[in-house]
Amino acid sequence: MSRIEQRFAELREQNRAALIPYVTAGDPEPGATVPLMHALVEAGADLIELGVPFSDPMADGPVIQKACERALRFGTGLRDVLAMVAEFRKSDTTTPVVLMGYLNPVERMGYDAFAETAQAAGLDGLLTVDLPPEESEDVVGLLEQSGIDPIFLIAPTTSETRIDHVARAARGFVYYVSLKGVTGSQSLDVSALSARLDGLRRHTGLPLGVGFGIRDAETAAQVARVADAVVVGSAIVRLAEEHDGDGDGFARAAAAVVREMRSAMDAARSPGAPATV
Amino acid sequence: MNKIDWAAFPDARGHFGPYGGRFVSETLMGALDELQQVYERYIGDPEFMAELDHDLKQFVGRPNPLYHAERLSRELGGAQIYLKREDLNHTGAHKVNNTIGQALLAKKLGKKRIIAETGAGQHGVATATVAARLGLECVIYMGEEDTRRQSQNVYRMRLLGAEVVGVKSGTRTLKDALNEAMRDWVTNVDDTFYIIGTVAGPHPYPAMVRDFQAVIGREAREQHLAMTGKLPDTLVACVGGGSNAIGLFHPFLGDESVAMIGVEAGGDGVETGRHSAPLCAGQPGVLHGNRTYLMEDENGQIIGTHSVSAGLDYPGVGPEHAWLKDIGRVDYVSVTDDQALAGFHRLTRTEGIIPALETSHAIAHVLDLAPEMRPDQSIIINLSGRGDKDLNTVAEREGITL
Ligand SMILES: Cc1ncc(COP(=O)(O)O)c(C=O)c1O
Repeated sequence: MSRIEQRFAELREQNRAALIPYVTAGDPEPGATVPLMHALVEAGADLIELGVPFSDPMADGPVIQKACERALRFGTGLRDVLAMVAEFRKSDTTTPVVLMGYLNPVERMGYDAFAETAQAAGLDGLLTVDLPPEESEDVVGLLEQSGIDPIFLIAPTTSETRIDHVARAARGFVYYVSLKGVTGSQSLDVSALSARLDGLRRHTGLPLGVGFGIRDAETAAQVARVADAVVVGSAIVRLAEEHDGDGDGFARAAAAVVREMRSAMDAARSPGAPATV
Repeated sequence: MNKIDWAAFPDARGHFGPYGGRFVSETLMGALDELQQVYERYIGDPEFMAELDHDLKQFVGRPNPLYHAERLSRELGGAQIYLKREDLNHTGAHKVNNTIGQALLAKKLGKKRIIAETGAGQHGVATATVAARLGLECVIYMGEEDTRRQSQNVYRMRLLGAEVVGVKSGTRTLKDALNEAMRDWVTNVDDTFYIIGTVAGPHPYPAMVRDFQAVIGREAREQHLAMTGKLPDTLVACVGGGSNAIGLFHPFLGDESVAMIGVEAGGDGVETGRHSAPLCAGQPGVLHGNRTYLMEDENGQIIGTHSVSAGLDYPGVGPEHAWLKDIGRVDYVSVTDDQALAGFHRLTRTEGIIPALETSHAIAHVLDLAPEMRPDQSIIINLSGRGDKDLNTVAEREGITL
């Protein structure tokens, strides 16, 4: 069983939703990332999404764009990010780590070299936002051989036929993009989300994660009632901007947000919690 | 070279060999499917084509002339030089051929809002123009660096009723404007039509923009045959994203005797690293929805480009060009900023035509090429745009305050 499967199986047993914080690797500086990852786990993260800095983050809003720019000041590249994963794995062998980013750095490194290095580093999944399943056959084959789950997105605009297509290619979990827009947008509609997730469950048995637009503990708790995983990005990355040059301060602030979300999410799933949204 | 069925490219999923395709976030996949359907339905439809032809004739002023630059030809002492006068189109460049076509498709799709990216501002102006004519809301994204370099075009767009958004992210040039336009589209995909200005982006844009620009080559081919009784020997065009070049080249691809040369922006010289010549000095990667040649570092980060002309200041290039390069059908070369400036002055003084700085790159190459050819041979240069928008840039470089 893969680390991702294992983690979702445990959570299901405990009737909890996974909390998945996203941070951009190398932000605000390269040395901050591995301690930050440990701090997030300590605060209640179940899986970590580690962003690979890219010069042209087209699917991201201003908060994560700036995080990429901060990380790129130090030239943090994909190989550096994989080295961070390897470092993290030395003392945490159970928390899954998924890389999230854009295809070009992976193309440049080469799919073979990436798969091999990523496997050795103990990476669990790869989500490239600009790689739809249609273009992914080469990569997916190599990733699967290396035990790395290709994670795919489903959007509000994804048609029924495409949902099947995406669901067939996906492994680990399916990432539902909760709104039309870039990361960090603010208009998540939880009741529409609930209906949409019910629809998706008819197409896939994989856990459903929801991201984009989850900005505080309250939204996280609402989403935790209907989804298997809650992905939080900009709400955490925003804090790095306030703590630029202060990795420890960022880690403390990020951990505090994660802790707050964790308890709100767990309370929302507890037997006595009101069922309504 | 084996016979290639040029009409078979791209394939159904937008691939030119290993290049092209559709590399976008999931949210846009549906909109691209929809666009592909409407484009495939109308591009051969007689009624739609009649409407398009009518607009190109009555609003754009097509067909424009193929002008024999006799004085320049004589001075260079080699091949006969012909200029395909896209600078005489309404709005002053080839860009409008495409915006007219895409705006008609937007109308068919019932979209009320148009967005576009622009570098030199020519595509932005051409888009704002058709939006004004059709009464559509229009937002243009332009890198802040370019709003400064091309302030006249910014004003033109605003006069036409467009909102011009200065983009402050990244290198603040064309690529960042494209990123920002994509972000807008992903947010407003239901009511918004994105008019991409060149043969880049995800499928079907490279094929669709090429088809709208191919009117250049179709006219030029017919005009050259009528004027000389034969095909030209060589075609030359500047290459930013590659739309004016592919527009000229595509109708000639099957004519094996016709050589084709795409001229990239060499900036300070490709050996300095300060240039915008991905085909000459880049390597394949994925950006802005397609696989193509890119300027990138060893980590796959896109690197800053440099060119005196804002319209060529782009780190990628249309995927069809990447493929034409690999199969050897088209040669790609570069000329420096200084050479382009020399080409600018030479054409202006010799023929009384002030070309755009983008176009001046093609002219500069011909200044070297023509003397090596015989007077019974001919070259067609795509005179992609006029130079009014560049007068400030040229004056500034030469230490003149206007
Ligand atoms: C006059 C002119 N020529 C050429 C270009 C470059 O674009 P493309 O390579 O798509 O023709 C531009 C772009 O702004 C332009 O304004």
